[in-house]
Amino acid sequence: MLGMSANSVSYNDQGSVESGVDAAQENSSIPGSISSSSGAAFSLFSADYKKNEDLKEMLESSKESLKLEAMKRIVGLIAKGKNASELFPAVVKNVASKNIELKKLVYVYLVRYAEEQQDLALLSISTFQRALKDPNQLIRASALRVLSSIRVPIIVPIMMLAIKEAATDLSPYVRKTAAHAIQKLYSLDPDQKEHLIEVIEKLLKDKSTLVAGSVVMAFEEVCPDRIDLIHKNYRKLCNLLVDVEEWGQVVIIHMLTRYARTQFVSPWKEDAVFDENSEKAFYDSEEERKVEQSNLYIMDPDHRLLLRNTKPLLQSRNTAVVMAVSQLYWHLAPKHELNIITKSLVRLLRSHREVQYVVLQNIATMSIQRKGMFEPFMKSFYVRSTDATHIKTLKLEILTNLANEANISTILREFQTYVKSQDKAFAAATIQAIGRCATNISEVTDTCLNGLVLLLSNRDETVVAESVVVIKKLLQTQPSQHSDIIKHMAKLFDNITVPMARASILWLMGEYCEHVPKIAPDVLRKMAKTFTNEEDIVKLQIVNLAAKLYLTNSKQTKLLTQYILNLGKYDQNYDIRDRTRFIRQLIVPNEKSGALSKYARRILMAPKPAPVLQSAFKDRDRFQLGTLSHTLNTQASGYLELSDWPAVAPDQSVRNVEVVEPVKEAGAPALRKSKPAKSHEKFYSDSEEEEEEEEEKEGSSSEDSSNSSSEESASESESEENSGDSNRSSSSQSEKSSSESDSEKKKKTLKNKKLQQQKPDSKDRKQKNGNAVKVESRSESESGSESSSSESSSESGSELDSDSDSGTDQKKNTKPKPVQSKAVIKQVEKKEVSLLDLDDFSPAPVTTPKSSILSPNLLSDLQGLLISPTTSALQASFPVFVPETSHELLHRMTGKGLSGQYRFTRQPCIYGNSMVSLQLTLSNSSDQALENIHISEKSSTGQNIHRFNAIERLEPQASVTVSMGIDFNDSTQAANFQLCTKEDEFSVSIQPAVGELLLPITMSEADFTKEQGKLVGMNESSATITMTPENLSSQSVNRKVVSVANIGVIPSSQENIYRFAGKTVSSGSLVLVSVALKDPDAVITINTEKTVMSSMLLRQFKTALTNSSP
Amino acid sequence: MIHSLFLVNASGDIFLEKHWKSVVSRSVCDYFFEALERATEPENVPPVIPTPHHFLINVLRHRIYFVAVIQSEVPPLFVIEFLHRVVDTFQDYFGVCTEAAIKDNVVVVYELLEEMLDNGFPLATESNILKELIKPPTILRTVVNTITGSTNVGEQLPTGQLSVVPWRRTGVKYTNNEAYFDVVEEIDAIIDKSGSTITAEIQGVIDACVKLTGMPDLTLSFMNPRLLDDVSFHPCVRFKRWEAERILSFIPPDGNFRLLSYHVSSQNLVAIPVYVKHNISFREGSSQGRFELTLGPKQTMGKAVESVLVSSQLPRGVLNASLSPSQGTYTFDPVTKLLSWDVGKINPQKLPSLKGSVSLQTGASKPDENPTINIQFKIQQLAISGLKVNRLDMYGEKYKPFKGIKYMTKAGKFQVRT
Repeated sequence: MLGMSANSVSYNDQGSVESGVDAAQENSSIPGSISSSSGAAFSLFSADYKKNEDLKEMLESSKESLKLEAMKRIVGLIAKGKNASELFPAVVKNVASKNIELKKLVYVYLVRYAEEQQDLALLSISTFQRALKDPNQLIRASALRVLSSIRVPIIVPIMMLAIKEAATDLSPYVRKTAAHAIQKLYSLDPDQKEHLIEVIEKLLKDKSTLVAGSVVMAFEEVCPDRIDLIHKNYRKLCNLLVDVEEWGQVVIIHMLTRYARTQFVSPWKEDAVFDENSEKAFYDSEEERKVEQSNLYIMDPDHRLLLRNTKPLLQSRNTAVVMAVSQLYWHLAPKHELNIITKSLVRLLRSHREVQYVVLQNIATMSIQRKGMFEPFMKSFYVRSTDATHIKTLKLEILTNLANEANISTILREFQTYVKSQDKAFAAATIQAIGRCATNISEVTDTCLNGLVLLLSNRDETVVAESVVVIKKLLQTQPSQHSDIIKHMAKLFDNITVPMARASILWLMGEYCEHVPKIAPDVLRKMAKTFTNEEDIVKLQIVNLAAKLYLTNSKQTKLLTQYILNLGKYDQNYDIRDRTRFIRQLIVPNEKSGALSKYARRILMAPKPAPVLQSAFKDRDRFQLGTLSHTLNTQASGYLELSDWPAVAPDQSVRNVEVVEPVKEAGAPALRKSKPAKSHEKFYSDSEEEEEEEEEKEGSSSEDSSNSSSEESASESESEENSGDSNRSSSSQSEKSSSESDSEKKKKTLKNKKLQQQKPDSKDRKQKNGNAVKVESRSESESGSESSSSESSSESGSELDSDSDSGTDQKKNTKPKPVQSKAVIKQVEKKEVSLLDLDDFSPAPVTTPKSSILSPNLLSDLQGLLISPTTSALQASFPVFVPETSHELLHRMTGKGLSGQYRFTRQPCIYGNSMVSLQLTLSNSSDQALENIHISEKSSTGQNIHRFNAIERLEPQASVTVSMGIDFNDSTQAANFQLCTKEDEFSVSIQPAVGELLLPITMSEADFTKEQGKLVGMNESSATITMTPENLSSQSVNRKVVSVANIGVIPSSQENIYRFAGKTVSSGSLVLVSVALKDPDAVITINTEKTVMSSMLLRQFKTALTNSSP
Repeated sequence: MIHSLFLVNASGDIFLEKHWKSVVSRSVCDYFFEALERATEPENVPPVIPTPHHFLINVLRHRIYFVAVIQSEVPPLFVIEFLHRVVDTFQDYFGVCTEAAIKDNVVVVYELLEEMLDNGFPLATESNILKELIKPPTILRTVVNTITGSTNVGEQLPTGQLSVVPWRRTGVKYTNNEAYFDVVEEIDAIIDKSGSTITAEIQGVIDACVKLTGMPDLTLSFMNPRLLDDVSFHPCVRFKRWEAERILSFIPPDGNFRLLSYHVSSQNLVAIPVYVKHNISFREGSSQGRFELTLGPKQTMGKAVESVLVSSQLPRGVLNASLSPSQGTYTFDPVTKLLSWDVGKINPQKLPSLKGSVSLQTGASKPDENPTINIQFKIQQLAISGLKVNRLDMYGEKYKPFKGIKYMTKAGKFQVRT
C-alpha cells in the first residue's frame, strides 16, 4: 500500500505536494495568515502518510496557530483510533509551549503514545519536572497528572519522588492529583507498594474534602487490606462525607461498609437474620423486641455515627451515591431502620434505563429476604409496554418475590395482562412467574393451574410450551387430583412441537401412568412411530416412558418397549445409546443382569420430590449489593469480600484520635486552626478521652523500647521534608516557601512535643539522656490535667513565635535556649542545622565543575529529584566533584575499530536505586559503519546491568554517548559483559574504583558525631599520615578527598577536622570519613559497616593526601 | 476504574475512542456488537456485558452508545451515572449530543474527557467548573481564536474547585439580575381497559435558571411542603434546614440547574387530566380490524390540555391502517408498526377522534392482545399535585433581583391498556 501511494506521488501528485508545501510556507510568511486556509490546502490530500508529513511541517513551523491547528488534527486522528505515533518526535518538541491549549493537546498525545515510544518520551520529562515547581497550582497538578500517566517504567523513581512531594503540596488540588498518581504508579510498578502506602497514610490524614475521595480510592486499589490505616481517620471521614464530591462519596461509603463489618458487632439479632418467618414475628411484636434488643445490644457510637452521617446522602441527585448508601444500610443497619432506603431506591426507578436495570437487580435481591420493604411500592414495579425486555423481566421477578396471600389476586390480575403481551419472551417469563406464585402460595395453586391449562390452547408456541413445563412442575406437588389435566395435555401433544414441552408431557405420562392407564400406552405407540424424528431430549423421555410402562403394564407394552429399545440402540447420539443399554439391562430380566433388576421398579418409580421454584436472585446475596459482581452474579476481579460480623468487637479505642495535624494549607495560622479542631475532637465523650489516656499509660511501658526508634524516625523524616522544601526555595528564594517551611517546622515541634507527651515515664530514656528528667516530670503532670493539650500547644506556640520573629536571622535560633530541657533542644537544634546546611551547601553543585563531556540532559535534570527511598532518612546531596577522567573499556585495536570509554558520572542512577550510573562513549574508528551495537543479554558475573538501548548504526569516525547503570552490590568486583556489534562480540569489563560505589549525603555535624558514635570498634579504621605542606589548606584536603570518593562535605565547627559523609549505592550503608589535622600529621578515620570497603578507601585516601601533586 | 470509552453510532461504527490507562484495542467492542445483534430493539442491549478480560458498561442516549471499558470491580451505577453526566455535559456544550456535533467538536470533546476523568476516576464533572477550564465553543469565539491565536483553555484553576461552594464560580456579574424557577410535574399512569386507574403517581422537578451577581443566598418556601414525599437535591441545598423547617436554602450555581426533584406521596389521589374512549377490534378470519379512538379532558382544573401526542405499537400482523383524524395528523410506519397521532390541543367542545380500519396480513391470525396507547400532553400553569411556591428571598447581596415562577404539568409514562 505504501509502495502504491509512493508510486502515485511519483507521477501524479508530486506537483501538488510541492505546491501545497509552498503554499503553507508562503502562508506562514505572511503575517496574520489564517491557518484554516492552509488547512484547506492540506486537506486536499487524502493519503494518510502524506497528511502526516504536512502535520510534521506545521508542527515545526514557528507560528503557534499552525502548530495548534496541527495538534487539533492529530487529536482528531487519535479520537478516530488512527495511528499517529510516527509524529512523536515532532509533537514532543512542543511540550514546553507557552500556549496552554497547545500544551494540553500535546499532553493528550503524550499520554496516548508514550508507552510505545519510551525513549522519546523521556525527552519531555524534564519539562514536567520544571512544571512541578511552577507557582501555578493548575500547572503543577497537570504536570503531575501527565508525568504519572506516561507509562514508562524507567521513570518510576521520578514519579515516586514527584508524588511524595506533591502529597505535601500546599494546594489540595495538587494533593488530590497526587492521590490519583498513586494508583497509576502502583499499576505501573507494584513493587513500590510499601512506599506508596506511606504516602497514602499521609494523605489519609488530610483534612481537605477534595483529597478524601481520591485517597480512599488509592487506598482501595493499593492496600485495601490495611484496614489499620483507617482507624484514626474513621471519624474524620464520617464527618467529612457530606461535603466530599459525589464520586468520592461512593468510594468512601463502599470502603466504610467493609470497614464497619470488621470493626462492629452485628446489630441483627441472631434469630432474626434474613428469615422471612422471623420477619413476620418481628412485625408482630416490634415494641417488645425493641426493649429486648436494647438490653442485649448497644450499638457502638462509631457505628451509629456512620449510619447517621450517610443518611442525608439518600437525597443525593447522584444515583450511585444513593445506591451506595442503600447498600451500606442493607449491610450495616439494624433491620428496623432499613425502611428508609426504600423510597429512595424506588425514586431511582424514574431515572435512565440503565440505572433502572441496576437498581431493579438490587431490589430483586433485597425483596427475596425482606418483602415488607417494598410491598407498599408494589405498583411501581408494574410493567409498561415500553420497558426494555431486561427491565420487564426484573420487574416480574420483583413482583413474584413480593407476592403473598394478601396481594396475590392483584398480582395475578396484572400477570394476566402480561401473558397477552406481544413480547412473547416476556409472556413466557410471566408464565414461569405464575408457576412460582402457585408453588409459594398454596391458596392459589389451583387457580393458577386452571389458568395455565387455559393457556395450553393459546396460539403461540412458546406460551404453550412454557405452560406445559410449569404445569409439569406444579403437578408434581399433587398429581392424584389432576389426572384430567394430564389427559388434556396428552390430547394436546400432537400440536405441540417445542421439544422441551413434548419431553415434559412424556415425563408426566410416565410418572403418572397409573393415573392414566388407558392413554399412556397409546401415547407410547404414537411415539414409537415418530421416534427417529424427535429431538434428543424427547427421545430420552420416550425411552423413559417405555421403561416405566413396561414395569407397570407389561402386557400391553412389551413389544412396543422392545421396539423402542432397539431403535435407541442404534441411535446416533451416544447418550441415547447409553440410556437404552442401561434401561434394557435394568428392566428385562436375563442371566447377565445382576441384582439390580430386582429393584428396577423401585429405581424408576421412586416418588420424586417436587421441584422448588425459586428466584434466580436467590444466591446473589453472597455478593455485596451495588457491586459489579452482584450485577453479573460472578465474582469480578478486584472484588473485595464483605466479611462477616466479628463475634466480639475489636478494640474501639483504635479510632480515638490523639494527634491533631494542623491544616496544611493554612500556612502560618496553622497553629491557631488546630485548636478548634481539637476542641471538636472533645465532642466525643470525655470518658473516651480518659480511656485514651489510660491506654497511653498502659501502653507506654511496652512502647518503651520502640520509643527511641520512633522518635528518631520522626525526626529523620522531618529533616527529609525540610530539605525538600529548601530545595524548592533554593531555586527561587520566595517568601512563600520559606514561610511554608516555617509552618512545617512549627508542626514538627508540636509533633515532637506530643510525642514526648505520649510517653510519660519511660525509664529507658531517663538513662539515655540523663537530663531529660525535667521534661518527663512535666509531661507527667500535664497528662494528668485535662487542659494538657492546650497548655502544651500554647507553650510551643510561644516558642514558635520567636522562631517566626527571627525569620531571616536563623543563626539566632541555632543557639539553644538554656531553660529548656535537653531533649527538646536537641530536636530543635537538629532541625535548624539541617536547614542551615542546605542553605549553605545547596549552591555547591553550581560551583563544582560540571562535566564538559556529554552529560545527558536528563541526568542533570534528574539529579535534584533522586534519592534512594530505601534510606530516605538521609538526604542525598549533589556530588561535590565529578572527575572528568574516563577509563578505557575497549581499545580500538581489539574492538576491530570500535572503541569505548567509560566514566563515572557520580549521579544517582535513573535506572535503579542501587545502580551506579555510568556514561559510555563509543566511537567508530574503522572505515565502515557499525551496526546494532548493544550489550548482550547474558551478564557473566551476575551483576544487574541496565543496558543502553541498541545503537542501530554508528557511522565511521562518529561517536555516541550512552548512559547505563550497573549494580555492583557494593563490591569492587569488575562487571563483565559482552559488547556486541552486528558481526562481533567483545568481552569487556568495568572495574569500579571503590570511591565510585558511594553517593554523597548531607547531615548535620551533630548527626555525624552521633552516627560515628554508633560505628565504632570493628567498624572503625584509621591511619595516621604525614601531610605534605601544600595539602594542608582546607580546600586542598576537601578536593583530594572528594576526588577519590563520591562523598559529601559536612560542615565542621572545629577548624582542623574535616568531615565527609556518603552512603553505599547498593545497600545504603553509611560511610563516614573524618580527617583530623595535627600539624604535620593527619589522622584519617573511616567509620562504616563495610569493613572491606573502608580499608580500600583508607589506602586510597592515604595515597591521595600524601601525594604532593594536585 | 474506567479504562476506555468508545462511542458507537446507530449503525454500529465506533466513531470516537478515548483511553485513560493503557490502550485497549477496539476489538473489545466486538462483544458489544454481538449483544447488539442479539437484541431485538436498541434498548434491549444489556447495560453490563462481561467479556473474558473486561466488562463493558454502556448507556444509550441520543442514539449513541457510550461504551465504557472496565477491568475490575466498580459499582456499575458509578460508571452509568458518570456516562450520563458526560452526555449531559456534551449537550450543555454543543446544544445537541449527536454524532455530527461530537465529530465537529472532537478537540473540545477530548479536552473535556481529559478533565472529567483522571486515570479513570472522575475529576471535574461540575458544569460550572468545566466551563471555566474549557470554554464552550461559539462561532464568534472560533473566529476570534483563529485570528488572535488565543485559546479555549483557561489558565487558572477554577475557583470553584477549592471553595466550599464548588458549584459556583466567583466574580459572577450581570446587569439584569434574574432568577427563574420552573416547577414541572409529570404524571406516570397505567389506565386499564375500562378506564380505571391501575397506578398513578406524580414526579416533579424544579429547574432553575439563576443569573445573579455575586454570592446570593436564596431561600425558597412552599405553601404546602407536606406534599413532597421523597426529594433529592442539588448539592447546593442545605439539608439540615430542609429537615428542620422544610425550606430550601441554597447558594445557587450560575446558570441552569436542577434544584430539586420530588415524588408526591402516593396516598394522595392523582387527578388524571385526560380520558380515552377506544374501540379496537379484530375479527377472526377477517383481514380488517376496526380502530376508533376519542380523547377528552378530565380533571384539568380549567386549564387547556396542549401538545397532545398519541402513539401506539400495533400488533405485528397489521399491514396498514387507513384512518381519518378529526383534527391533527397521523402517521403509520408499516415497518415498525408504530402509529402516532399528533393531536395538538384538545377542544372540550369538539373532542378529537381517530377512526377507520386497519388491514391485517392475509392469513395472519387475530392478534390476541390489543395495543397499548401511550399519551403525551402538556398543561401550562398548573402543578397537578397542587404544589405552590410561597416565596423566594435573597440574602447576601444588595440588589433586587427579578423573580419568576412557572408551573407545568406533563405526561410521563402515561399508558392506556385496551
